[in-house]
Amino acid sequence: MSGRARAKRVNRTLIAGLVLVGGFALAALAAPLIAPYDPIFQDGTARIQPPSLTHPFGTDNFGRDILSRIIYGARVDLQMAVIGVFFPLVIGTVIGAIAGFFGGVVDAVLMRLIDIILAFPFLVLMLSIIAILGPGLSSFYIAMALVGWVSYARLIRAQILVLKNADYAVAAVSLGFSWRRVLFRHLLPNSVAGSLVFCMSDAVLVLLSGAAISYLGLGVQPPTAEWGIMVAEGQAFLSQAWWITLFPGLSIVLLAFGFSMIGDALGEAMGVHE
Amino acid sequence: MHRYSFILMRPLQFVPVVFGVSLITFILVRMIPGDPARVLLGARATPTAIANIRAQFGLDEPLWLQYLYFLRNLANGEMGMSIVYRIDVLRLIGTRIEPTFALILCSVLLSILIAVPLAALAARNQGRSIDHAIRFASTFGIGFPPFWLGLMLMMLLAVKYPIFPVSGYGETLGDKLAHLALPSLTIALSLSTVLLRSLRAAMVDWLKSDVTTAARARGMPESIVFWRHVLPNSIAPSINLLAVNIGWLIGGTVVIESIFALPGMGQLLVRAIFSRDYMVVQGVAMVFACATVLVNFLADIATVAVDPRVKL
Repeated sequence: MSGRARAKRVNRTLIAGLVLVGGFALAALAAPLIAPYDPIFQDGTARIQPPSLTHPFGTDNFGRDILSRIIYGARVDLQMAVIGVFFPLVIGTVIGAIAGFFGGVVDAVLMRLIDIILAFPFLVLMLSIIAILGPGLSSFYIAMALVGWVSYARLIRAQILVLKNADYAVAAVSLGFSWRRVLFRHLLPNSVAGSLVFCMSDAVLVLLSGAAISYLGLGVQPPTAEWGIMVAEGQAFLSQAWWITLFPGLSIVLLAFGFSMIGDALGEAMGVHE
Repeated sequence: MHRYSFILMRPLQFVPVVFGVSLITFILVRMIPGDPARVLLGARATPTAIANIRAQFGLDEPLWLQYLYFLRNLANGEMGMSIVYRIDVLRLIGTRIEPTFALILCSVLLSILIAVPLAALAARNQGRSIDHAIRFASTFGIGFPPFWLGLMLMMLLAVKYPIFPVSGYGETLGDKLAHLALPSLTIALSLSTVLLRSLRAAMVDWLKSDVTTAARARGMPESIVFWRHVLPNSIAPSINLLAVNIGWLIGGTVVIESIFALPGMGQLLVRAIFSRDYMVVQGVAMVFACATVLVNFLADIATVAVDPRVKL
């Protein structure tokens, strides 16, 4: 494929991803303006209504409007994805940078710790931590921060290991700059590209985990509108009211697809491959 | 050194990891606020039971000594009693291994059956619309939440068109397989998106390699080139990918077992969290972690066996 055709395809993917994620972000911000109903208002006269003009995505067993709940749910699910990526990114970057830069015992200890955390299946360790902290959104964030940093630490460490022998780094050290300045001002800005691309595929993972944990009843608690909970709430009515389960699930799929496309496009544009 | 000598050496490297795993699971449960004996035995524990568990786990001793007690009990094959089931956690887990193991095995086999033909189709038509369609589908499929996909499959293939049982686990082999069909399909569809990408990339590379060019130059038909040279060479990286994803796969079984009421370790874990059966949470987390380490070891052996050039 020619370079120009490839660039065009990358651009198209990036724009499509940004439109999807941006669309959900706008819906989340403008939720009170665009949602046709109150997301937790129970309309006793409109229980389990199939999709119609008054309720485009139907209503659930409490008579709540599914579309409004999905729009408000975007707030919670986007927040989970953003915060669930942010803390691991920051913690992992700092730990990985320090391990890679100093090497020796610090590096060896941190790498063994990472091996041990990676030995646990991700969701199992998340659930075990949530079991200790008790169900809830903040437990999810804490568990995510405790478990999720390892991937970022490994990525950054690998980059720093290579870059710390680069001419500009050696020059900075020989000029007598402090290690903080060399590490955080010279090396780190040059090593974050891979992590930023990884953020996007990580956002998919975090979103799916957060929704799964809420689905299991261990994350966001009812009556808050969140897509994973909505799927769980629709489960009992699966054979008679498919719309309660279908639409929140589709929202997760679309948002995740948006993140994936941004990640793919950035990865190809920056020449980073997973 | 012999190519396979790592089989003897590698387990030594696992020792610190397994110790670390036991340390983390130990710390997890000790972090719960309150009297550990009460936490572990539940609110209705008798004073004798509390005295027993204090002695068994050395709960009055300093923390590092408690950890040694914990290790000693582990060495004796005891992790402590489940509050709910009233039997030792390791024995309880033993009764739950089969459905989880069968689910993972079926999911992996099924995902290979899905991913290999599609990857071959995409790689052999690289750049054409069928390739783009398959790649689009795999990017799209990565974002499917397994719990939702499982429910949708259940609605379609068990409720609307009752081909498969809705949930539960069977007694006979055929019955068990029927019950495993939908859960495995759910996990396999998610897993095959990842597998598909790696297989396609490897196949595209091998289709352009000197080996295949030479084979074509000898007049070998394209289909034989593919089956004899491209496919076997493309599989090796995917074995590692499957091993790296075993943790993710196990996480998937936790959710899927809960949906389809499969009596495996994942369902046990989720129920234990709700009933505050911390001994069980600890035990399941530990067994799953050890299984992950073991699977990665087996994948190393498989990689060496598949590719004669690899040395570990």
